[in-house]
Amino acid sequence: MSEEIIKAEGLTRVFYKHLTAVDHVDFGVKQGEIFGFLGPNGAGKTTTINMLITILKPTEGKASVLGFDVAKQNNEVRNVIGVVPQEYTADEDLTGLENVLLCADLYGIPRGLAKERGADLLKLVELTDFKDKKVQTYSGGMRRRLELACGLINRPRVLFLDEPTLGLDVQTRTATWEYIRKLKKEFGMTLFMTTHYLEEADALCDRVAIIDHGKIVVVGTPEDLKHSLGGDLITLATKEDDDVSGLIQKIDHVKEVRKEDGSYRIKAELGEMTTPLIIEALRKNGYTVTRLSLTEPTLNEVYLEYTGRSLRDAEESRESVFSQRMIMRRARH
Amino acid sequence: MNETNGNSRNKLHGLWALTNRELKKWLKEPILLVMAVLQPVLWMGLFGKAMNLGGMFSTSNIDIQNRILPGSALIPAQPGYITISGTVLSQMFADMGSSVMQNIFGVADYFSYMSVGMISFIVMFTTMFSGMSMVWDRRLGFLNKVLSTPVSRGAIIFSKVLNAALRSMFQATIILILAVIFGLQVSSTFNVINILGVYAAIFLLCAGLSSVFLALALRSTKQETQMAIVNLINLPLMFASNTFFPISMMPDWIQAIARVNPISYLTDALRQLTVLPMDVSLLTIDFAYLCIFAAVFSAIGITLSWRFLTK
Repeated sequence: MSEEIIKAEGLTRVFYKHLTAVDHVDFGVKQGEIFGFLGPNGAGKTTTINMLITILKPTEGKASVLGFDVAKQNNEVRNVIGVVPQEYTADEDLTGLENVLLCADLYGIPRGLAKERGADLLKLVELTDFKDKKVQTYSGGMRRRLELACGLINRPRVLFLDEPTLGLDVQTRTATWEYIRKLKKEFGMTLFMTTHYLEEADALCDRVAIIDHGKIVVVGTPEDLKHSLGGDLITLATKEDDDVSGLIQKIDHVKEVRKEDGSYRIKAELGEMTTPLIIEALRKNGYTVTRLSLTEPTLNEVYLEYTGRSLRDAEESRESVFSQRMIMRRARH
Repeated sequence: MNETNGNSRNKLHGLWALTNRELKKWLKEPILLVMAVLQPVLWMGLFGKAMNLGGMFSTSNIDIQNRILPGSALIPAQPGYITISGTVLSQMFADMGSSVMQNIFGVADYFSYMSVGMISFIVMFTTMFSGMSMVWDRRLGFLNKVLSTPVSRGAIIFSKVLNAALRSMFQATIILILAVIFGLQVSSTFNVINILGVYAAIFLLCAGLSSVFLALALRSTKQETQMAIVNLINLPLMFASNTFFPISMMPDWIQAIARVNPISYLTDALRQLTVLPMDVSLLTIDFAYLCIFAAVFSAIGITLSWRFLTK
């Protein structure tokens, strides 16, 4: 049974009466999954997350978290969710431990319990050795981990992550993914995250919704989305000059063959299995394959297919540009 | 696991946590503390001691000669001429000086008058800049983070007000102690309980003023806007009041501003409680005005902030 933990129906947010940031969005997030919102900056990801975490009211439509309405029962929602914002919100002048305890205080968690949980969480994100150091001295990855620990202090049933690895370098990003997986395993939460990194959505999410201009374009598992494009791309060349397109076309799972500049671009399902069949068939007919490559589609192609564009940076408000700059600067710290 | 249900104890818990965060930040930065103390000391030195208004009546640098006056100047009039010694004249000049001071400032020395005004000055600045920390919290995402927790929206606003008030009280205490060391003369009606009155007056002004500046901070996306507003109004508020000079000596149009300026009422309340012989009816008016100011302006500030926090 897959209970829907987060549910949005016709969720809409309009700013300044004419700027529709989120436009009648419907989706459901199932118990225990990692659900990702993928889209460029300005697509409406953060606005959606802000409505779900009760800091923005929907203009229209509704959403619920664990059955609590985000607009009407916001305090109930706040108690069962954890939030890791895209900014580094930890106080620079306080130590890691002090920051975690501050978060605990905001949930009204008694000091004794807070200290116990804080110590556990800091151990989990491997910050125990740095817990008494000021956050000023932390690296980008350490700050991210501290934010994760803060977001989990109230043992949330749903964790919201807004751009969890924004501004981090590749190694730190991969390491952060590991921490997210580990924490999810430890606490068995449902995760809702936004990202504009395709690799991130691919690596972490069970299901992805691609959002563009405030609308959900498509929802599915990363695998399904990739398959929906019609399979893998096989490129090959033969020694002989004859056109073998007809021959390849007959092979199972091959969907499309095109000859371009002496090589063949073949769209096929189950590329790993189809490729040997193609080579086999060509050899039987006396042709020699001189060059071959197999490319699996990435979410990037999926993204292109559904939005008609590559991930682009939309025009943004001064404030959000400033805040992104701050995040980048701290991440590089 | 629902130990986090909102109740009144938790509300205080959240309020204290947020206030404590601010105070910790402040106390952890020894430079800030030193500056907070040094600034009033410098001002007291520059304004209080350098602008030595009482000293204008000092005769130590003037050589007052014996004067010959017609006898008709005396009461009853005397025939011929009389000679008044320079020493007597000097004494008369000095006496007149202190009664002029007493008449204008209510105290014999300008330093006592001014150093209490200094408290208002510091309170005003601390309070105005309390909005700045809200601008930062907003920009750095901390505000959104806090808004996603069950902490009450009121606690978010009130923690800033409380922080401004506590800081002001702390600074006021230090200024008072230093002023006493540097020669402030407390009046005969002063006793230790008056200090509580001083804190109460400071709290009232902080509550009103910082609520408004918080609302401004929440609404202005740029901190430059906030700075500009603070810079624009701090000097008029300061000088169109009795902080450094009595209102009665000012031209009418400045008097009109000074009489509605809450800083005047705070300063007068502080003086009544410390350096002036306490006039209970004036002190009551001061407190009544400060209470109304605090109530009206915190209502405005909190309404505006609330609308923003629950957008």
